[in-house]
Amino acid sequence: MSGASRRIGGGAADTLRFTFDGATYFARPGDTLAAALLANGVTLVARSFKYHRPRGIMAAGVEEPNALVTVGTGARTTPNTRATDVFVYDGLVARSQNAWPGLRFDLGTVLGLAAPVFASGFYYKTFLGPPSLWMFYEKFIRRAAGLGKPPTLADADRYEHRAAFCDVLVVGSGPAGLAAAKAAAEAGKRVLLAEQDAVLGGSLLRDGGDLAVVAETVAAIEAAGGRVLARTTASGVWDHALVTCVEHLIEPGQSGPLAQRLWHVRARRIVAATGAIERPLTFANNDRPGVMLSQAVRSYARRFGVLPGQRAVIVTNNDDAYRTAEAIAEAGGTVVAILDTRGAPSVPSAFNVVTGMTDVSARGGKHGLSGVDVVAGGRAQRFKADLLAMSGGFTPAVHLHSHGAGKLDWRADIQAFVPGETLQPMTSIGAAAGAVAALDGVPATLGKPKASFVDFQNDVTAADIDLAWQEGYRSVEHLKRYTTLGMATDQGKTSNMAALARLAGAAGARIPEAGLTTFRPPYVPLTLGALAGPDGGGHGAPTRRIALYDRHAALNPLWQPLGYWHRPRAYPAPGETLAQAALREARAVRNAVGIVDVSTLAKFMVTGPDAAALLEIVCATGVAKLGIGRGRYTFMLREDGMVMDDGTVWRLGEHRYLLTSSTGGAQRMEAHLAYAQRVLAPQLRASIVDTQEHFAGIALAGPLARAVLEDLMASAAPAHMGASEGPIAGVPVLVLAASYSGERAFEIYAAGHDAGPVWDALEAAVRARAGCPYGLEALEFLRIEKGYVVVGGEVDGRTTAHDLGLEKMMRKAGGYIGASALERPTLAAPDRLQLVGLEAERGDIAEGAMLVPIDGERVEGHVTAAAMRIDTGASIALALLAGGRMRAGERLVASSPTRGKQVRVHVVALHFYDPQGLRYRD
Amino acid sequence: MLLIACPHCGSRAQTEFDYARTLDAIVPLDAAPEAAMTALYARTNPRGEDDELWRHSQGCRQFLVLRRHRVTHAILAVRAWEAM
Repeated sequence: MSGASRRIGGGAADTLRFTFDGATYFARPGDTLAAALLANGVTLVARSFKYHRPRGIMAAGVEEPNALVTVGTGARTTPNTRATDVFVYDGLVARSQNAWPGLRFDLGTVLGLAAPVFASGFYYKTFLGPPSLWMFYEKFIRRAAGLGKPPTLADADRYEHRAAFCDVLVVGSGPAGLAAAKAAAEAGKRVLLAEQDAVLGGSLLRDGGDLAVVAETVAAIEAAGGRVLARTTASGVWDHALVTCVEHLIEPGQSGPLAQRLWHVRARRIVAATGAIERPLTFANNDRPGVMLSQAVRSYARRFGVLPGQRAVIVTNNDDAYRTAEAIAEAGGTVVAILDTRGAPSVPSAFNVVTGMTDVSARGGKHGLSGVDVVAGGRAQRFKADLLAMSGGFTPAVHLHSHGAGKLDWRADIQAFVPGETLQPMTSIGAAAGAVAALDGVPATLGKPKASFVDFQNDVTAADIDLAWQEGYRSVEHLKRYTTLGMATDQGKTSNMAALARLAGAAGARIPEAGLTTFRPPYVPLTLGALAGPDGGGHGAPTRRIALYDRHAALNPLWQPLGYWHRPRAYPAPGETLAQAALREARAVRNAVGIVDVSTLAKFMVTGPDAAALLEIVCATGVAKLGIGRGRYTFMLREDGMVMDDGTVWRLGEHRYLLTSSTGGAQRMEAHLAYAQRVLAPQLRASIVDTQEHFAGIALAGPLARAVLEDLMASAAPAHMGASEGPIAGVPVLVLAASYSGERAFEIYAAGHDAGPVWDALEAAVRARAGCPYGLEALEFLRIEKGYVVVGGEVDGRTTAHDLGLEKMMRKAGGYIGASALERPTLAAPDRLQLVGLEAERGDIAEGAMLVPIDGERVEGHVTAAAMRIDTGASIALALLAGGRMRAGERLVASSPTRGKQVRVHVVALHFYDPQGLRYRD
Repeated sequence: MLLIACPHCGSRAQTEFDYARTLDAIVPLDAAPEAAMTALYARTNPRGEDDELWRHSQGCRQFLVLRRHRVTHAILAVRAWEAM
C-alpha cells in the first residue's frame, strides 16, 4: 500500500518497473530503491530486529540502519540489503524482512509489548531452567528475532579478484577527493579514485548545485592517466598500504557475467576523503517512519527529486540542518518549525525557530509520522508534521584510518574523533578530517530513555545503556557486548557517538575518556563470494592428477582424495563393496601378484660430494654406509625429537642418492631439506632436486612379482633392498626392491610422461598370473598386519622413534636433526603412548576407538589403524597405548561411543604376519 | 598482507613467502641439549623488532632475514640469509 507520489515535478520519466512485497511500482533511472519507495509514498519498509517496531527509511547512504530488505530471487537472493545501497533496475524484486505475516500486521509486535523482558542482556536473566527447556525456547526466539533469510541455492553470481598498484589511492569523490585526485594525476602520479556511490560527487550531489564541475574534474583525472572506479567501496586497509575494494558491476539480484570484483590495491599513498556520517538525535520515538537524517532529506530532494513529506519539522543541534529547511521549501514543502537545542541559533533564518528544547517526542506508527511534541523553555508545543529531519552533528568516517591502526584525536568543537597519527602512508581530508559543523557541547538525550533509540538496527535504547551501567558493565567494550550496540550490520555508524555520550555522562567523564571500540574491515557488509573470487565452486584447490590417471580411470576405481591428489582406493568389481574389493586385492598380493600406483610419494634426488652427509643430517638412521645400488628404510625427526616422516633412501651412484618420503609430507620435506642444507649446513656440497612429479611409480608386489619383473626386463631382478635400471616395454625404469606390503616387491619408477606403456606391460603380465591392480585400502590391510607405520596415523607428530619401536635403527653417533632433544626426561616417561598391536576377541575394532580398561573409563590410548586379517578376516589393529611396550597380553576395551562399538581386545605384538620378513628376504 | 622487498626479486606480496622461524629459534646441529631446549621453547618473543628467517618459496626460493617490528609489522631491513 502506498501513499501519494512524493516526486517533485520535472525530471526524467519513471520507466523502471520494480516490486516491493508483491506490489508494483515505477522508478527513475538513477534511483536507489529507497528513493523510489519514498517517491511512491511507501514509508513502512521494515520491522525492527527485537521489538518489531515499524521502521522506514532514515538515511540516504550506506549508514542506513532501518531499511533492510531482501533483493532478488532464487540463487541471487540477497538478504539484509540496505534499500539506500541498491540502485533500481527494471525487474527488481524486493521483499521486507523479519515480519510475519506481513509488514502492516506483524505478529512480532507482541514482543514489543513485552519489551521490558527483552532489555539488554535478557538472555542471561530469563528462560532459566533445565537445558532441555532452553532448546524449546530457542526455537521461538530464533524465529522472532531476525534479519533476512539466507538463500538456499548455491550462489549463481561470478566474482573476480584483481590486483592494482598506484602512487595515490583516493577514496571518495566528494569535493575534497576530486580535488586531491585531480592534483595528483596532473602532477604525474598514477592515481586510482574509488567511489562507493554509482555517481561521483559526494556531498556535491546534495549541496553542490551545478554538477558540470564534477564531470569536468573526472575527465581531467582520466585525461591525466588516472583511473576512476565508481560503485567501488574501499572495504579495508591492511598492512603496508594494501586496500581491499569491492566493485559492484551489477546490482544485488541482477544477473550478469560478473557480479563483483575484489581489488587488492597496493598504494604508495592513501588519501581518505570518506566524508562524515550524520548523527541522529536521541529522543522519544526517534525510530518512527518519517523520522530521517537531515542531509538525507536534502539528498532525496535535490539528487533524486523526492520530497519524503509535505509538512516538515527540523530538529537540530547545529547549523547544517538550516540548509535542509531551505531545500524543503525549494521543493515545495512546508517547514513547520526548526527546533534547535541550542539557546540561540547562530544562523539567521526565515523559518519558525524554537530554541532551548529539552524534550522532543515523535508521534506516529506504521502509517507514518503524524506530529512532533516539544517542550521548550518549559512550554509544551505540538506540531502537525509528516516528516521530521534530525541532525545531531557529524561523525567523520575514520574507519579506514582505524583499520590501518591510526590513532584518533578528540575535537571538542565538533564533539568528534578525527584521524590522528598513523604509521600508514595515509592522509584524511575534508569532512573525514573534521571539516564539519560545530557543536555546542555534548548532545543530550531529549526524551524518555526507554523510548529513545540509540542503535536502531539492534533495538538498543538509552535505557539499555543505563541498565548496562547499573549492572556494572562500564567499560565501552563491555557496554558494546552487553547491549549489542554497534554490533549490527551497520557497525554502529549512526549509534557509536550517542552511546559514548551517554556512557561518558554516566561516568561523569568526557567522551574521549570513555573510550572507543575498534573499527574493523569490512566497512560495509560484503558477500562471501567476493572474498572467494574465482576460487568458488571447488576451484580454490588445484586437482593434482597422477601421471597414470587415464589408466586408472579406465578401471573405474573408487578415488581417495589425499590433499590435492586423488589416488585409487580400490577397484571394485560390479556388486563388490569397498571392503570386499580391498580384501580380494590384498589376497591377490599375498597369493599371486598385484600392482599399485605410488607416484605421489615425495622423491628427492640428492647429489654431490656431500650428499650422504646431508642425508645423515636429515635422517636419523645410517645412510653413508650404503653401497652403490643399495637402499634402506629411514625416518626423519623434527627438532624436538618427534618422528616427522619416514621413507627410503637409495644410493644410485657414487654421489647420487634418491630419498623417498610420504605423499602428505612432500611439501614439508622439501622445505625441511632446503632448511637443512642452506641454514644448518651450508658448507656441504650437495644439491637437492624435487622429483615428486617427475617420476611415476608403480609397486609390483607378491610371490610372483620377481617372475613378472624378470620376464619383462629379461634380466635378474635386484635383491632385497637393491636397485637396478633397465627397460620395460622400451621405457627406461629404475627398480628399487623394497616392500611395504610384506611380500617381495619392486618399486618401479619411470618418467611420468613415458610411464603408460610400463603400466600396460605390468598390468597385462599381472593379470595373466591371476593378479590385479590394488588400491590404498588393500595397501592398508597389507601394511597393518605387518605392523608398518604410516605418516598421519602412527606418526602423528607426538611419537618418538622409541615410542614406535624404531629406536634400534637410530645412528648412535647422533648428528641428525632432533638428536639434541632426545635426552629430555619427558621422552623417557614410562606412560608415553607407544605402538602396540591389538586383536579383537569378537567383533570389529573401530579405527579411532579409545582404549579403556575392561571395567574403567580412563582413556589410555587410541586405535590408529584397523583392518581385517587377510587370511582369516579376523579384526586386528595398530594402536598407541600408554606404556604399551610393557603391556603385551593385557585385555582392554576399544570403545567408540559415537559408533556404538565396544570391542574387547588383546594387546599383542605388532607383526601379525611374517614377523621375520621371510617373504622378501634373500 | 605484508609487502616484502626480496633482495633478488624486488617487492612482493607476503603470500609468495613462507615464514620459517625467528633467528634465535634455529637449533644448531651441534647444540647441547640445554641450548636446543632454549631455542625451541624459550624464545625472547619481544614486543618490538626481531630478526626472522623467511623463505621466498614462490619466487627465488632463497632464505631471507627480515627485521620486523612484531606489533606494527614495519619491516626495517631485508637481506639474503648468509651463514654466520
